[in-house]
Amino acid sequence: MKYKNPFEHLLNPGHTACPGCGQLIAARHVLDACGPNTIIANATGCLEVTTSKHPTSSWRVPWIHSLFENPSAVATGIEAALKAKGLDKKVNVLAQGGDGSTFDIGIGLISGMWERGDNILYVCYDTEVYSNTGYQSSGATPHDAFTRTAWPGKQSVGNIKFKKDMLAIALAHKVPYVAATTSGLIEDIKRKVKKALAIQGPKFIHILTPCVPGWGIEDNMAIELGKLAQKTGFFPVVEFLNGEMISNMKVPQAVPKVEEYLKHHIRFKHLFKDPRGKEQLQILQNICDENIKKYNLK
Amino acid sequence: MAEIVKNLRPAVVSAYPITPQTHIVEDLAKMRDEGSADFEYINAESEFAAASIVLGASATGVRTYTSTSSQGLLLMAEVLFNIAGLRLPVVITCTNRAVSSPINIWNDQQDAVTIRDAGWLQLYGETNQEVVDLHILAYKLAESLLLPAMVNMDGFVLTHTYEPVVIPDQDLIKKFLPAYVPAKDLILDVNNPRSLGTFAAPDKYMEIRQELFEDVLAAKKEIIKQNTEFKKVFGRSLGGNGLVEEYKTKDAEIILVAMGSVCGTIKETIDQLRLKGKKVGLLKIISFRPFPDEEVAASLSKAKYIGMVDKSISLGTEGILASDLKRTCYGKIKAPIKSFVVGLGGRDVTEAMIEKIVGLVKGKNDETQFVG
Repeated sequence: MKYKNPFEHLLNPGHTACPGCGQLIAARHVLDACGPNTIIANATGCLEVTTSKHPTSSWRVPWIHSLFENPSAVATGIEAALKAKGLDKKVNVLAQGGDGSTFDIGIGLISGMWERGDNILYVCYDTEVYSNTGYQSSGATPHDAFTRTAWPGKQSVGNIKFKKDMLAIALAHKVPYVAATTSGLIEDIKRKVKKALAIQGPKFIHILTPCVPGWGIEDNMAIELGKLAQKTGFFPVVEFLNGEMISNMKVPQAVPKVEEYLKHHIRFKHLFKDPRGKEQLQILQNICDENIKKYNLK
Repeated sequence: MAEIVKNLRPAVVSAYPITPQTHIVEDLAKMRDEGSADFEYINAESEFAAASIVLGASATGVRTYTSTSSQGLLLMAEVLFNIAGLRLPVVITCTNRAVSSPINIWNDQQDAVTIRDAGWLQLYGETNQEVVDLHILAYKLAESLLLPAMVNMDGFVLTHTYEPVVIPDQDLIKKFLPAYVPAKDLILDVNNPRSLGTFAAPDKYMEIRQELFEDVLAAKKEIIKQNTEFKKVFGRSLGGNGLVEEYKTKDAEIILVAMGSVCGTIKETIDQLRLKGKKVGLLKIISFRPFPDEEVAASLSKAKYIGMVDKSISLGTEGILASDLKRTCYGKIKAPIKSFVVGLGGRDVTEAMIEKIVGLVKGKNDETQFVG
């Protein structure tokens, strides 16, 4: 990847995201791949609040933030207005939100957008926790993770729920293009965004974006952990066209154990200290193994 | 309703069905499907989505329309506040209906009145002709003030009642309401990228809200002005100055104040009472937000007894407009203002009930009285 003057990106510096934020890295490359003929509908969340402090903005494309749960429906409205103006073939519509917006509070409106078949690229930046409100569990939080609403203690070893399968939910809506990737895989992000935009109808890209304070990781680890999540099978990097899997990023021959990924996160630290952790680590390893089998990642 | 909406030429319509609004949006969908209208019609999966869709479309610079009622309006509430803050000229029809629980599909005004603080202009029609005319006016006001506008029509009493109305054709409407040209820097345009809906910290938020407050208040002047313009083009106008209408108030000893279709019943009752020599008048509120303080105070200045006839309540206080009225009259009017609540959940409001209120208004009871 060639060096680019930061101000040449369509998402400019000057924002207030944490150093090393995985979401901002991913969002910058998503938007560069979309190009300047793009209108963004953004959910409430870190991406919104760190980039748009009135009267400043980091966005060099038209951008609107309405509410937490509605970027999908706002994007539908934008798309309809573009149609009325005869501009819908010339302008991309990008809706984006975090995992709280996508998996939880906004999922009904996303379902509506997909059912209507609206020509919108929806990107979910998944930090696996409500980052902006201080790290509470979301529907995307992995099993056993420590969050501010899932405290490891006498009665708990962290989040008791299992992460929702958003890819399956998208595929059940017959979304023509469905893909997953991580902020450790910049070229993959760009390729998938470009591929998505060439397809008429709804598109869903799910990007795992490490959250430095929410995960309790070093601020130079967002890229590395994005890669390691893929290599362990913890986060499968796959791609579907019209319901058929068209690509799956293989794990290495010697697949790293899930502990190799988890040991970098404070949110999983208790699993290595608590006597109950061993059993839980096996559950998480099983999730990785099942992913590898399900998506044929070996 | 659908006919007038079509003639107002929205580019994007989105809605979710709810009684008693359904036939409006059914007919709009039919017009689009049969090719007699060329707007985009989007079936939303909830009122929340419908409001968000017209928000997105309006922010992209086109004229939009949606309609809802009751639970639907309450579900939209978060979006409605947001639309006003974004200064988008969205127009909505609220077919006024009671709010659950108990669930009830019939008319009162609890739905719209409850969201009075959202920053929308709220206009109420007495008859279907007024409702037609208010829609034309609503778009004119919304687009000139960059404020959203809600036209209210009582569920069933107006929505399911046949009345002869004049529906102006598109050519005539264009003389009053030309094609919508959005403000250049306030819309989503790839040739002029802007960020809308940015977040405001404590050092900025208050001024932005104050500006919205002042602009909603200042809308009173624009309503009066546009009501006059309306008359020039269409040969009729809303009663009074467009904010309020006075009916036999000049010499009235008792003035009732009301809003919406119940005003028709009150006028009939007044005519009967006048035959018996009772000096009763009606002050009809057309614009609930902004609230016409000066007009109301002036109209009530000579009355000895004032009765507010509400179709909504603020639980824990009194009829909602009664509080507004008392605020408006504070320090200006000595006559007592009594709060009456009628017609909740579609209870018929009869002339006998209005007569009863006219009797009670002179009584000593200062508490909210339910008449039904």
